[in-house]
Amino acid sequence: MKTLADLRAIKEKAKQEMAAREQSATYRISVAMGTCGIAAGARNVMSAILDEMSKRGVQDTSVSQTGCLGYCDQEPMVQVTGADKNTITYGKVTPEIARSIIADHVQGGKVLTENVFNMS
Amino acid sequence: MRELSLNILDIVMNSVEAEATRIIIALDELKSVNLLSVRIKDNGRGMSDELVQRVLDPFVTTRTTRSVGMGLSMFRQIARQCGGDLQIFSAPGIGTLVRTTFRLNNLNLPPIGKMSDSIVNLFIGSIDVHFYYAHKTDHGQFGFDSYWLFARMAEKECQLVDTVPHAKEYLNRQLQTIKSRAT
Repeated sequence: MKTLADLRAIKEKAKQEMAAREQSATYRISVAMGTCGIAAGARNVMSAILDEMSKRGVQDTSVSQTGCLGYCDQEPMVQVTGADKNTITYGKVTPEIARSIIADHVQGGKVLTENVFNMS
Repeated sequence: MRELSLNILDIVMNSVEAEATRIIIALDELKSVNLLSVRIKDNGRGMSDELVQRVLDPFVTTRTTRSVGMGLSMFRQIARQCGGDLQIFSAPGIGTLVRTTFRLNNLNLPPIGKMSDSIVNLFIGSIDVHFYYAHKTDHGQFGFDSYWLFARMAEKECQLVDTVPHAKEYLNRQLQTIKSRAT
């Protein structure tokens, strides 16, 4: 049985390690989880991303969720930011596409061009 | 949205976007009194009375404030269709409590759905927030703290994403236990 103080210490340590990893993170993935995203299936997309990352043992990649990006018709949307700070935005992502993003983009370094949504 | 757990995920995202550092998600699923109660409490930036009125109106809302949108009014509509209601208690600088009730035997009540997916995805996706999830039925209750993931990560010396399958399994098992016990 751990006390709350123990858990806090563990969390702090874990967070520090993760912050260190974030510095060297190859990719940062963010899933849009606004009302529109959730209604379009963003929860399953995020579950697929987490599952695929764990299965493939993907290192140095963080996953977070954001709100509505303002392109509700393109949901579910996933953004992948590389070490060079360039962000690729994917639109209408299915769980299958999400798994490909992990396999091909995050692991293979190859952008899935046909699924990219151009925000400009 | 087909599952209440998706609406819950949506409402909790409001708290995350309101820069909360502490969020409590509490469900009471009590057949004995025919009540499902969902409470989401945060220490985020809070809202003025005037803003509280606005966030519940789907047609007057603007998108300049992140907590404003369709989510709350949609959740309130479901609650009202199920013989319940949604109330917001909020104070600027202190936080917000969203309390939603439903009649459990109401035919309009959507399934709660995959709470484990909503909860674990929230915990993983917002690691700066300290979450607590509590679920209670007539047969028992359990709580799940987001520190669980970090403790597991330290214990197994694995990455945070590797804790996800176990966390979901654990949650589903706990939910099963408090739901399936014979009355």
